[in-house]
Amino acid sequence: MNWLEIAITLAEILVVANALMIGVSIMTWIERRLSGMIQFRWGPNRVGPFGLFQPLADGIKFLMKEDIIPAEAHKPIFVLAPALSLVTALCAFAVVPFGPTVEIAGRTIDLVILDLDGGLLFGLAAASLGVYGIVCAGWSSRSKYALMGGLRASAQMVSYELALALSLIGVVLLSGTLRPVAIVEQQAGWFWNWNVFGGWQILGFLVFLVAGFAETNRLPFDLPEAESELVAGYHTEYSAMKFSMFVMAEYIAMITVSAMATTLFFGGYQLGFPVPLEGWPLAILQVCAFLAKLSAFLVLFVWVRWTLPRFRYDQLMDLGWKRLLPLGLINVIVTGALVAFDLLGN
Amino acid sequence: MELVAFVILTALAVVSAGVVLLHRSPVVAALSLAANLIAVAGFYLLLNAQFLALLQVIVYAGAIMVLVLFVIMLLNLPEEARRHDRPSAQSVLGMALAVVFVAVLGWALARASSGQEFPPSSPTFGSVGSVGTALFTTFFYPFEAVSLLLVVAMIGAVLLAKRRI
Amino acid sequence: MSPSAVLVVSAVLFALGVLGVLTRRSAITILMSIEIMLNAANLAFIAFSRQFDHADGQVYAFFVMTLAAAEAAVGLAIVIALFRLRESTDVDELHLMRW
Repeated sequence: MNWLEIAITLAEILVVANALMIGVSIMTWIERRLSGMIQFRWGPNRVGPFGLFQPLADGIKFLMKEDIIPAEAHKPIFVLAPALSLVTALCAFAVVPFGPTVEIAGRTIDLVILDLDGGLLFGLAAASLGVYGIVCAGWSSRSKYALMGGLRASAQMVSYELALALSLIGVVLLSGTLRPVAIVEQQAGWFWNWNVFGGWQILGFLVFLVAGFAETNRLPFDLPEAESELVAGYHTEYSAMKFSMFVMAEYIAMITVSAMATTLFFGGYQLGFPVPLEGWPLAILQVCAFLAKLSAFLVLFVWVRWTLPRFRYDQLMDLGWKRLLPLGLINVIVTGALVAFDLLGN
Repeated sequence: MELVAFVILTALAVVSAGVVLLHRSPVVAALSLAANLIAVAGFYLLLNAQFLALLQVIVYAGAIMVLVLFVIMLLNLPEEARRHDRPSAQSVLGMALAVVFVAVLGWALARASSGQEFPPSSPTFGSVGSVGTALFTTFFYPFEAVSLLLVVAMIGAVLLAKRRI
Repeated sequence: MSPSAVLVVSAVLFALGVLGVLTRRSAITILMSIEIMLNAANLAFIAFSRQFDHADGQVYAFFVMTLAAAEAAVGLAIVIALFRLRESTDVDELHLMRW
C-alpha cells in the first residue's frame, strides 16, 4: 500500500477531472460563438465581455431548473442513465498522456493517470460502455421518440466501434505496443515523425476521425439526438441537471476522442521540432502543445457540426459497415506490409 | 486489500446473477447481466489477466449485451406476468438439483486446494503479448477455425432474421 | 484469495445460470442465463491459467468468448424469427412438435 503513489494518482485525477469540467464549459462558449460566426450572427455577447460568462449563467440555470421525472418512467434506470454516460466518458480519459515525465521533489511522475499495458483497449472499453447510458435513457423514458433515439444510438455506436478499433490497429502495428505513453514517445523529434505523416497513417486517421464523430453522436451522425426529427431523441424527457449531465458527457467524449487522435496520430504532447530546453520549461511547453492540438480538433468538431447536414439512418449504417470497415481493413493490410517489409525509414 | 475486492466482486456477481434470475422485466435483467459481466472482468483483473479482463468488457459487456438489449427493445418484450400458481415440479426439482450441484462441486473444489494461495505469476502473465503469442503459434488452427465460424454465424444470423429470403 | 475460493464462486455462478435456464420462461432470459454459465466456465479457465502460469487457459477463455458472441447472435436471430411467427417469446408455448 504505497500511500504516496495513491496520493499522487488522486491528485492527478482531481486535476484532470476539474480540467475536463472547465473544458466542457469553455466548449459550450466556443460552440455558441463559433456557430454564430459560421451562421453570420452574434453568439451570446451580453453576459460579460464577449459573452464569456455565458457558461456560468448556463450552469446556474441548469441548477435551478425544475427536475421533472415522467410518471411513466422507470425511475431507477431513468436516474442512473445520465450518471452512466458521464462516468464512462470521464473514465476514457484516464489513459491519455497529457505530458511527459516530470520531476517534482525528487520523484518522477508520469503525467498520465493510468499507464496500462493495454491502454488503448481501456479507451475502447470505456467507449463500449458509453452505449449503456444512451440505451438506458432511451428505454426508461417510456416514450416513443426516446426509444427510437436509444435504438438508433446503440446500433450506430456499436457499428462504428469496429471502424474505430480497426483504425487503431494500424498505429499498434507501427508502434508495437498498446501503451499510449510509448506510442507518444516513439513520435519524438520533428513533426514528420508523427504517425499520420511518417507512419503513413493518413487513412487510419481519417477513419478514426469519422468513427470518432459517430461515437460521440456529433453531426453529421447525430440522428440519435436529432433536433428536427426526434424532438431530442434519447434525452427528450430529461430536464435540468440530468440533461446537463448528458451534455457534459457528450463534450467530454469529444475531448477524449480529440485527445486520442492527437496522441495516436499527431504526436501527443511532442512539440514537432527540437527545442534546446530541458526539464520543467520543456514539460510546460509540451503540455501547452498537447492542449493546442486538442483545441484544434475541438474547433474542427464544432466547425463540422455547423457545416455539414445530417446523415439519414440507412446512409449512416451504410457508411459504417460498407465503407469504413473495408477502408480500415485496407489500412491494416497496407500498414502491415509497410512494417513487415521494413519500408519505413526507422 | 485483495480480499476486500474479492468479497465485493463476489457479492456483486452473485447478486446481479440473482436479479437476472428473478426480475420480471427483461431490460432490468439484461442490465444486471451487464453488471455481472463487469464483476467477472474484475475477477480477471484480480487474477492478473489484464488482456482478458479488457476483452471481457469490450466484447461481452460492450457488444453482446448491447445486442441483447437492442433485440429486447426492438421486440418491445413485456414484463413477465407474475405467476400466482405453485411452482411447477420442474422448477422445484431444478432448484434442488442446483443446490446439490453447488454443494458437491464446491466441496470437491474447496477440498482440492484449500488454504493455499496462488503462486506468484511471471511478469508477462496476462499481457497482450503473451496471449497473442500463444494464440498465433500454438493455437493457430483453432484461431482460423473460429474466424470461419464467426463468418458462418454472421451469415446465419442475417438469414434467420430476414423476412423473406 | 485461494484458487478454491475462485472456483467455488465459479460453481455458484454456474448453478445460478442452470437455475435460470430451468426456471425462466422468456427465451431471451434463457439466453442470458446461458451467458452466465459460459462466464462461470471462463472464470474457472482463467483461475487455472493463473495457477499454472500458462497462457493456454486464457486462450481457451478467449475462444469461449468468441463462441458466446456467435451463439448470442444466432440465438437472438432465432428469437426474432420466432417472435414474428408466434408474437411471444414464451418457451412454454413452443410445443408444436410435442407428441
